[in-house]
Amino acid sequence: MASLNVRAALLSFTFLVLALGLWEMATQPPEAEAAMTEYERLMGGADQESRVPPPSAVIKLAWTELSNPFYDAGANDKGIGIQLAYSVYRVLTGYLAAMAIALPIGFLIGMSPLMYKALNPYIQVLRPISPLAWMPLALFIIQDSDASAIFVIFICSIWPMLLNTAFGVANVRQDWVNVARTHELSPVKTALTVILPAAAPTILTGMRISIGIAWLVIVAAEMLVGGTGIGYYVWNEWNNLDLASVIFSILMIGVVGMLLDLALGKAQRLVEYKE
Amino acid sequence: MTTKSLGNPFDGDQSLIHAKTCGCPQCKPGQHESTEPVMEVRPTTVPATGAPAIDAPADSEAMMDRAIESAVVRSVFGHNDHSRRSFMKMMGAGAAAALLGSVFPMDKAKAAVKESLGKLEKTKLNVGFVPITCATPIIMAHPMGFYERYGLDVTVTKTAGWAVARDKSLAGEYDASHMLTPMPLAMTMGAGSTPEPFIMPAVENINGQAIVLHVDHMDKRDPKQWKGFKFGVPFEYSMHNFLLRYYLAENGIDPDKDVQIRVVPPPEMVANLRAGNLDGYLSPDPFNQRAVWEKVGFIHMLTKDIWEGHPCCAFACSQKFATENPNTYGALLRAIIDATQYSNNPENRKEISEAIAPKNYLNQPVPVIQQVLTGYYADGLGEVQNVPDRIDFDPFPWHSMGVWILTQMKRWGYIDGDVDYKGIAEQVYLAGETGKLMEQMGYAAPDKTYKTHTIMGKTFDPASPEEYARSFAIGRV
Repeated sequence: MASLNVRAALLSFTFLVLALGLWEMATQPPEAEAAMTEYERLMGGADQESRVPPPSAVIKLAWTELSNPFYDAGANDKGIGIQLAYSVYRVLTGYLAAMAIALPIGFLIGMSPLMYKALNPYIQVLRPISPLAWMPLALFIIQDSDASAIFVIFICSIWPMLLNTAFGVANVRQDWVNVARTHELSPVKTALTVILPAAAPTILTGMRISIGIAWLVIVAAEMLVGGTGIGYYVWNEWNNLDLASVIFSILMIGVVGMLLDLALGKAQRLVEYKE
Repeated sequence: MTTKSLGNPFDGDQSLIHAKTCGCPQCKPGQHESTEPVMEVRPTTVPATGAPAIDAPADSEAMMDRAIESAVVRSVFGHNDHSRRSFMKMMGAGAAAALLGSVFPMDKAKAAVKESLGKLEKTKLNVGFVPITCATPIIMAHPMGFYERYGLDVTVTKTAGWAVARDKSLAGEYDASHMLTPMPLAMTMGAGSTPEPFIMPAVENINGQAIVLHVDHMDKRDPKQWKGFKFGVPFEYSMHNFLLRYYLAENGIDPDKDVQIRVVPPPEMVANLRAGNLDGYLSPDPFNQRAVWEKVGFIHMLTKDIWEGHPCCAFACSQKFATENPNTYGALLRAIIDATQYSNNPENRKEISEAIAPKNYLNQPVPVIQQVLTGYYADGLGEVQNVPDRIDFDPFPWHSMGVWILTQMKRWGYIDGDVDYKGIAEQVYLAGETGKLMEQMGYAAPDKTYKTHTIMGKTFDPASPEEYARSFAIGRV
């Protein structure tokens, strides 16, 4: 009997083949008819009838796109690799900025119940605001579309990090803090050597949620401002009602999102501790 | 830098159009080298000795000279490249140049144009466009080298929608942009945005829109049957909105009460129509033809049948950009006027369709763009139509068009109070300056800036806008 992993992989693969096979069969183009009249030709012929592309078309397109991911044919036509790089750059810039602010403030409100109670109402109001609602305001105030996209990432990824940091810090076991106090550690030293390691897993959980949100947001933001990035790529192909490209880019968004999550997952494992 | 369109206008072997079948040495290198001797009398700075067979201008100065020569020679031959080529072949380049020089002061013309242009304050420019066929001149000027001809290095940036085009223009990210003709008026007055003086020196296209209905409504060709319909328009301050409202109201349908008009970005129109979320729309092409191509809609009517020659999209920039960079602005406007005139010629439309269809520009199938630009199209009702002026290009920004737009904004309550119709139209639509420039460039320009327009059989007299705005049975004033 093969191991569980092997059997799971086999089953996964079977599901994939089945799904793709059904999809392929359901989306076969109608039989081409005899010679087309002028009108039919102008209508785009029989096979242009709008329908979902078969997986074979998507795979073919993925092959062409991925075999030359970094081409640059002018301001509005760049390879998928360049587009993804733009998006990742924006996400990381906004995310790092959010981190620089969320972690210290989270620490502060986690250690001080007073600050927590004072700031909590604002956080609760700002947290549920959709990224796209921020966009017009950002464009108007910042007056730069690239910076606006980064700002939207920043404002949307800050809350989970902030709240999780505060939660993690507030819930450090009181015994440990007491031990630090008996050792007469300074507050800063207590924070760095006792509280930070103890709260790290919760903080990392917040960071992991945030990167997921940031990646969700960037596609919407780039669809709105256009220019570059994977969101723009989707929008541009949508403009052409080219579903094969849209499906391909959705898969790419999924893959990159998964990689970002994996990276944070690895980091999370590094700071885990056993009680 | 591509200087293809700047071929030597005195060379009979060289096409200045470079169409698909072009046999000039530049398009088919090595097939037949020019045997014509490099002409001696040509008064340019291009070194006469050792000039390559392709004979491209050497620097921007020479390029400017060549552009002027080209314009003069082209206008002598009525912009007919075929007759120019046969004439040059018959005469020989040198003789032709000498002959032309004797009747036309070429040197003076060059000096005059260069003087009026002066040094460019800025050569790298950002121009935004929304990917629709109305933007044809702005787009095609890039692949076909019209910006380069005036020494400009323009990046044309695809923009997701008009609100973004407006915001990026207000933010100064775009030096100039493709807009809808009502937008610079609205922006200047601060309707829907902060007030900021914008100017519109050129209309981008005239006609070029259509009313499309879902294929299920083929039996409802009479607008009186449209009560309860949901329509899409691309933007509030658009000719699309005003023409649809006008058409509905003329047919006794109140656009605010009997139907729903929603703002839907053009690419979403076809998807919404297919999903049954819209019953029809008045939108820019290629999305009308695209609905036919996708077999979800049919073309009920072209907007040219509502108002023959109505303005549609515009080329606009902030007043600030034009005042701070007068020479750059002049060069950019010249490039746009040139490109618009080139697009105007039906003979060039096929070639333009191919130039603007790729991913970098419109990202659409060539046959769809071609049907829009040539006006030889399937209407989705089983007929092939031939309407060469389905979309047309004419840069002249009539003040009367601006006044009409303002009357409709007043009529539907987008602006209220006393409106200085003529004052605003004249501040934003630079008909006088554009007319002068067009004449300077050898194009015919009207000698007045106001005229009466006929819209669905009714005459609009720009002399009494307020009465006109109040004259409709259905309206909000």
